[in-house]
Amino acid sequence: MGFTLFYLGAIVLIPFAALVLRALELSWLDFWRLATTERALAAYRLTFGASLIAAAANGVFGTLLAWVLVRYHFPGRRSLDALIDFPFALPTAVAGLTLASLFAPDGWLGRYLVPLGIKGAFTPLGVVIALTFVGLPFVVRTLQPVLQNLEREVEEAAATLGAGRLRTFAQIIAPTLLPAVLTGLALAFARAVGEYGSIVFISGNLPFKTEIAPYLIVQRLEEYDYTGAIALAVVLLVFSFLLLGAINLLEQWSRHARRPA
Amino acid sequence: MSIELQGVTKKFGDTVAVNNVSFSVREGELMALLGPSGGGKTTVLRLVAGLEMPTAGDVFIRGRRVNDLSVQQRNIGFVFQNYALFKNMNVFRNIAFGLKIKKWKRARMQARIEELLKLFGLEGLERRYPHQLSGGQRQRVAIARALAPQPSVLLLDEPFGAVDARIRQELREWLVTLHHDLNVTTVFVTHDQEEALEVANRIVIFSGGVLEQVGTPREVYDQPANEFVARFIGAMNVLEAKVREGVARIGELEFPASGEAEGQQVRVGFRPYAVQVSADLTRYRYHAVLQHTFFLGVLLRLELELPSGLTLRARMTKEDYAQQGLEDGRRVSFQIRQYRLLAGEAAALGPEAELQPETPPVLGDYI
Repeated sequence: MGFTLFYLGAIVLIPFAALVLRALELSWLDFWRLATTERALAAYRLTFGASLIAAAANGVFGTLLAWVLVRYHFPGRRSLDALIDFPFALPTAVAGLTLASLFAPDGWLGRYLVPLGIKGAFTPLGVVIALTFVGLPFVVRTLQPVLQNLEREVEEAAATLGAGRLRTFAQIIAPTLLPAVLTGLALAFARAVGEYGSIVFISGNLPFKTEIAPYLIVQRLEEYDYTGAIALAVVLLVFSFLLLGAINLLEQWSRHARRPA
Repeated sequence: MSIELQGVTKKFGDTVAVNNVSFSVREGELMALLGPSGGGKTTVLRLVAGLEMPTAGDVFIRGRRVNDLSVQQRNIGFVFQNYALFKNMNVFRNIAFGLKIKKWKRARMQARIEELLKLFGLEGLERRYPHQLSGGQRQRVAIARALAPQPSVLLLDEPFGAVDARIRQELREWLVTLHHDLNVTTVFVTHDQEEALEVANRIVIFSGGVLEQVGTPREVYDQPANEFVARFIGAMNVLEAKVREGVARIGELEFPASGEAEGQQVRVGFRPYAVQVSADLTRYRYHAVLQHTFFLGVLLRLELELPSGLTLRARMTKEDYAQQGLEDGRRVSFQIRQYRLLAGEAAALGPEAELQPETPPVLGDYI
């Protein structure tokens, strides 16, 4: 118990407290000014907007993927299942580099997509692509156990009562999955907000356009503007906290819904 | 006929789960599908429901061929072994689910659900969620949900499988009463022969995907069609014997077997209740030691060990046992009143042979 507290304190609380203390050295007005510069606002917009879109995309496709992995048996299923963790395992810089070279105008995919007007590299779209990539495992891995627990008989029971596939999905399956989908979504979102490595290569980091908030912090540090960096950091920190609370609430709800019956 | 199967076969890949099965269920009947696990009984139930489609053969419900009807169109009520309640809905909405699909008017639906809640003793629980109910309550909700849209048949898969022994007995009696009150054609699956004998009007016995016998509990018990049925319904002593001079012999036991070839190996079967035991050693011809007495309730099960080392099971009432002053370890005399020669699991059984009490075949005749 003592060790746990010490460990938690050393690893999490002390850096956290240090950050808050540094931020307290600023007056509210200064803080507000530093945290809400035009450039910072553009960066928040991109970070949160792209993260939200990426999380939503993962919510849909991750759910489909998890469904296929749990419900269908096909050759290569286990390899595909293992592949889901790839974005977890891959150093994010490598992922970013790979994606950037794929979507660059002369890259494998970019070569065909750019003439069609789909510009992956150095655009907000690129940011969304990178964030979707890193967020996918969260949705799939959160959903899989819930899907596995879903009893086949429940769907059959609905069928014997006259319900078609669509109604069964909408009224029975979806409400059961919803908490887990939302939890996965929130986790993917949280990860996306903090994502750095995989984005810096593909986005091009153009201020006001494709510059994400974490990158802006790095920029401020490189300019020796510590207070500016801290103001931004605190904004992200507060947001992370809110998100963490939301995820916890979702997980409680999810556990409630999963209770055996 | 409420349900009829004609030559129904179901294969899963190479395994034949149900092999050329034909039987029918009459309107209003309470029918048990009985057999050891893996016997194909649940598959038969699912074939009737339309949860499985037959590889060959036809299924009829109320005279209509339903092979091409989906499960949704068959108007059956199905109760799953684990109840399969909708966890995200309360009791009321669970029961209302089928009625909403059938587009019942609000008032009629309300009345029907209230009627069912009352019938099933679930009043006051309509706002509860499945995880807030006991096992027995969940099962009643599952049955109420299945019955709500007034299905033409009610199908139950192992309805008493998931509850403990005490509630089980209550549920059996309750199912009989319910069936009596509602008079819905009901088919249930069970692996428990006692349960089938007690609850059902008629029993279909399966093993290995093959239909072994259809009959009333009395018929399958008294006139088993083959050795499998005889051994599955109620206990049976089975002995391997050799025929010499028209008598099947095993150890000191002898069973007249005229018509069997000399030297032939035969198997002899007899019910424990056909073994009469007496504390009076002069009463019957054979002697044994009473090894164990098992108290099963009103009837006791006795295990006898013969001098040749054979062991037999006998049945006796508690009163009889006490009257005779029997106890474990005591020497007893016994006789076997009825027996059959068995020809193999699936072969038809010969008639039951009666032995004259007090005057067993005399050894001297053969020596």
